[in-house]
This record gives sequence, C-alpha cells and structure tokens, in this order.
Amino acid sequence: MKQPLLEVQHLKKYFPIYGGILKRQTGEVKAVDDVTFSVYKGETLGLVGESGCGKSTTGRVLLQLIEQTDGEILFENTSITSISKKEMKQRRKEMQLIFQDPYASLNPRHTVEKILEEPLIVHGVQNKAQRKKMVQDMLTVVGLDSYHAKRYPHQFSGGQRQRIGIARALMTHPKLIIADEPVSALDVSIQAQVLNLLKDLQKSFDLTYIFIAHDLGVVRHISDRVGVMYLGRLVELAPSTTLYEEPLHPYTQSLLASVPIPDPTIPAQDENILSGEMPSPSNPPQGCAFHTRCPSCMDICTSSRPTYQEVKPDHYVACHLYNEREAHA
Amino acid sequence: MPLLQIEGLCTSFFTDEGEIPAVDHIDFHINNGEILGVVGESGCGKSVTSLSIMGLVPSPPGKIKSGSILFQGEELVDASEQQMRSIRGDEIAMIFQEPMTSLNPLFKIGNQLIEAIRTHRNWKHKKCKLRAIEMLKLVGLPRAESLMNAYPHELSGGMRQRVMIAMAMLCDPKLLIADEPTTALDVTIQKQILQLMKKLNKTMETSIMLITHDLGVVAEVCDRVVVMYAGKIVEQTDCVTLFQNPKHPYTKGLLASVPNIRSKTDRLYSIPGNVPKPGSIQQGCRFAPRCELAMDQCFTETPPIYETEEKPHEVRCFLYDKEGEPRHETTVT
Repeated sequence: MKQPLLEVQHLKKYFPIYGGILKRQTGEVKAVDDVTFSVYKGETLGLVGESGCGKSTTGRVLLQLIEQTDGEILFENTSITSISKKEMKQRRKEMQLIFQDPYASLNPRHTVEKILEEPLIVHGVQNKAQRKKMVQDMLTVVGLDSYHAKRYPHQFSGGQRQRIGIARALMTHPKLIIADEPVSALDVSIQAQVLNLLKDLQKSFDLTYIFIAHDLGVVRHISDRVGVMYLGRLVELAPSTTLYEEPLHPYTQSLLASVPIPDPTIPAQDENILSGEMPSPSNPPQGCAFHTRCPSCMDICTSSRPTYQEVKPDHYVACHLYNEREAHA
Repeated sequence: MPLLQIEGLCTSFFTDEGEIPAVDHIDFHINNGEILGVVGESGCGKSVTSLSIMGLVPSPPGKIKSGSILFQGEELVDASEQQMRSIRGDEIAMIFQEPMTSLNPLFKIGNQLIEAIRTHRNWKHKKCKLRAIEMLKLVGLPRAESLMNAYPHELSGGMRQRVMIAMAMLCDPKLLIADEPTTALDVTIQKQILQLMKKLNKTMETSIMLITHDLGVVAEVCDRVVVMYAGKIVEQTDCVTLFQNPKHPYTKGLLASVPNIRSKTDRLYSIPGNVPKPGSIQQGCRFAPRCELAMDQCFTETPPIYETEEKPHEVRCFLYDKEGEPRHETTVT
C-alpha cells in the first residue's frame, strides 16, 4: 500500500487587496482556493498550469514560507499548520525547496562552500571538518568537482548553478523536495542534464518530489502523477500517462492541444484551442472558474462550482461533465 | 531573387577581453512569403543576426565586420542611418520577446501606433487612426476603438504582444522579424499568437523570420529552418527534413533532449558539457568538445558546409564529407 508522505486538505490562501484612502481591505486574490491532494512516498507529483494559477503559492504554503488562510497540511501524519515556528524550522530539514532562477537564488558574495554549509549550520552540524566533508561529497553527487567549493556563483554557468541549488536542497537529507520551475531558465540541452540528475538523485536518496512547472513535456517526463491547476483550483489529477493520453477536464484537453509538438508531420490541433485569457484571480467567475473559456460549458457550470472527485480509480476531476451524481438527480 | 540574402555575415563585439565573434560567417536567405525559423540555445548568435539585419547592433562595442545583407537587392550593411530608418518599420518590422518593455508605458496605445505610421507615411491624422484601428482588429483584439485610448499596463501579456504585432504590420512590411515572440507567454496564449502569425503570413504575404529556442514552435509554423550553434550555422534545410532526418550531431542531440508530451521516455538524451561562451573556441568545429562523434580533424579544422543532393540540406560537419561535395573551401578566420 502506498503511504502518503504529505496530505493536503482543503488548502486555501487568499491575499488581501487594500485600497481606498483608508487602505481598507477591498477584496482578496484567491491564489489557492480549496486544493486537496496527497503525495506518496518516493513519487513525483507534477503541478502544471498557466502563470497566475497558484502553483508556486501552493509550493510556498506547503513549506509554510507563507501561512495558509485555511486548510490542513499533514506531513508524515502530523499537522504542520498548527505547530510553532520553532518546530516548523526543525521540520523544514525534511522539506526543501529548489528555486527557478539559478542566478537570483545564490548569494553572489558567498563561496559555494559557504552556500552549501549554511543549511548544516542552521540544522546544528557543529563540527567544521565534518561539514566540509559533507559539502565536498555533495558536490560530487550533483556532478560538480570538489575544487568548485572555493568558487563564487558568478563563475558557474546556469546549469552548474542549478546543480548548486540542488546540492543545497539536499544538504540536510530531506524527504520531500519542492522544485519550483527548476529547469525553465535553462537551455534545452542543459535542461535534459538537470532532469536526468533529478531522476538519479530521486533513486539514490529515496526522495519525493513536488515538481512545479509550466512546461507540459518536462512534467510528463519527470512525474508519476500530475495535477492541473486553473485559477487557484485543482481541476484534474491523474497518473501521468492517463492524464496525457485520456485527459478528462476540458481545460486539460485544450492545454495539451496548445503545446507545440516538435514534429512537423503531425498536423497542429487548431480546432481545440482556447480563446480569451485567464480571468483575474481577484474576481474569479461564478460557478466553475473555467466556464468563461470552456468549449462544453453547460447551464450548471455558470452557477455551481463542480466538486473535485474521483471519477475513475486514481483519476480526480472537478467538472460537471463527470459529476454523475448530479446528472442523475 | 530571394527577399533577403545574407552572405558571409560577421558581427563582432569588441570588449576589454578582446574581440568576441557573436556571428561568424553565416549565409542564409529568406524567400518571399516563407516562414524561416532560426533555432539555437542562448548565446548562439540568433538575436545578433536579427539586430544586424535591422542595423541595430549596439555600436560600440558591436560592429558588422564583413559580409553582405541584401534586402530586395539593396545592400543594408553600408546603408546610411537615414536609409535604414526608412526601411525599419516600413519594409522590415520587428517584434521582441518582452512586449511590456517594447511599448512606452507613458503613451496610449493609439498614440504609439499612429506615431509609427506617421514616421513612414504622409497621411492625415484621421487616416492613420483608421489604419491603426484596422490593424488592431486584424490581430484579433476586441474593442479596438476603446483600446486606442488604453495604456500598455492595462493590457495582459498576450494582448500586448498582439499590439506589438499590429504595430509591426501597420506599413505592410515585406519581412517581419520575430525575436522569441512567444517565450514570455503561456502555452494557450502562445498558440493564439502563433496562429495569428501564420494567418498574417498567408493573408498579407509577409515573410517571417522567427527566432526561437523552442523546437515545437519551429515544427508548428516554419517552412525552413536554420540551426545555429556558437555563432555559426550548423544545419539548414526544410522543416520536415530537419525533424525527420537531422544530420548534424548537435541538431540530433537537441531534438533528442526535448521531452515529448506524446510519449514517455525513461531517460532523456543530454548533450554533455555546456554551451561555450562566444569566442572561447578559436579552432576547429565549435561543437567538437561536446560531440560524441568528434574526430581528430574536428578539433583543428573548421568544417565547411556540405550539401546533400536530394533536397536542399546543408550541414557543417566532417561526417558528411563523402556524401556531398563541399560548397566552398573552409573559411579560415
């Protein structure tokens, strides 16, 4: 039986908007709006969606870098939403983050050694020689050389910097890694190297990944299961092959049809493309958030929000087309 | 005669660290009404090529060292600034990657569009305005009349890119250079913009030079493709041939390293090493240090362009020494 490492229940994150002369709260941006999923040990869960759909905010809330508005997060069956900051700091040893921009996420004034050592100091490895040894070992693990420890970030290329970012995340031997667009700033040939490295590390360190990206090809390649987000909501979640070959939600279908295929003999799917743009998350449409762009919109979609439910084994969808209970009623 | 013919173009940047050849002896052409894709990774010289055509290479430090750019038979390399100004935006238009930074945030969309027409056409204000509205409608923007009074920050990324395309198309250019036009956009919006560009190419017979790093985009819209690596063209052929029968080891590697949404592979092929810094490889084939098939010859001599006979297919690699005859001798730099 698969064991969940992380369980997310009805997670919400609303950012307030202040306006007017008195700077009163005039509204809120529903960045994450009632999201429920679990991540099993040793798997990779991909989260995809267009910009502004709340995938990065979800990642940040999971690590408690920002506090959720409502909902529950269970890490190894213990709630991390109610524990103190001090306890959370300890917990964070087991959950680490890899950032998108390898140029901005490394301190340019620190040597690689200092960058990699810092998580160890924070988490109480006192012995300096031991720390140094761990840094050297980790550099070899991510495919760099131990003499790189004395260098500064600007002396590395984008791909190498991302390796340093990965090494930093691995220093505390975490169980869960949240990778937020880790390869989107890299060139195609370097991207493949980093993706392969992430896969290798997963095997050797028994890691669980939450992989946040907008590139659907990359997500299919690395993920076991994939969740699709739209306007702060999870619209579909399924094993990766199922999601890509038999997508159920109309949004997933059009998203997949929009991806250009690197094969000119396959005719472009022009009939299934979306018109319009994503509505503002501060004023999402009533009912199903996607109904304004949906090709198969029904009356019910404009008034009531579809429930997110399992329609086939392991295949979750939030769409009235598959709401059997309501269809029968 | 092709619309644009580039021969032996060399553009270098002269910095404190010496001369950096960003574009090194490239030859290609664009025919009337075709979409040419230029692909390559960062630093391969694709953007510098487009800036050279537009006469926008920042100088100093940049300079077109040699070569010729013929546009409709007219030489652009030694054209005066005045001549270039009349061509830019009229006969050749360009759209950039980041639509926010290419629009002036202080002026209304309408003003910016009308200014672009008035630079090139001696029209009355009313006619310019009608033309601007017509173009906004053509690129599929709703409420074109009221958009004329909107500021760029009021629009979304996809709408801004449409405005940029409308602005580029105002004077019916013969050639549209699009430098990574969809890189900053989401896939669903990218699809809309690519469709729009295809439509404009068909209906207005504008040739398009599409610069991109995304092979999927190339496959979707381009007729012919030029692959660049470290300032040189390594392969050039029509789109279908490139994807079905790539010849250069770099092109093959690049195609193999793209994760496909149609199928799942366990492990991606990855080209070893890093993209070289421009100017760091002085001798031999620039791809040789990363090439699995490199021979001794590759490290010392620059491979010439080999042409295969069945279809126009040019490849700069010694592996094809026997297949075709070299078109011209190695250009020693």
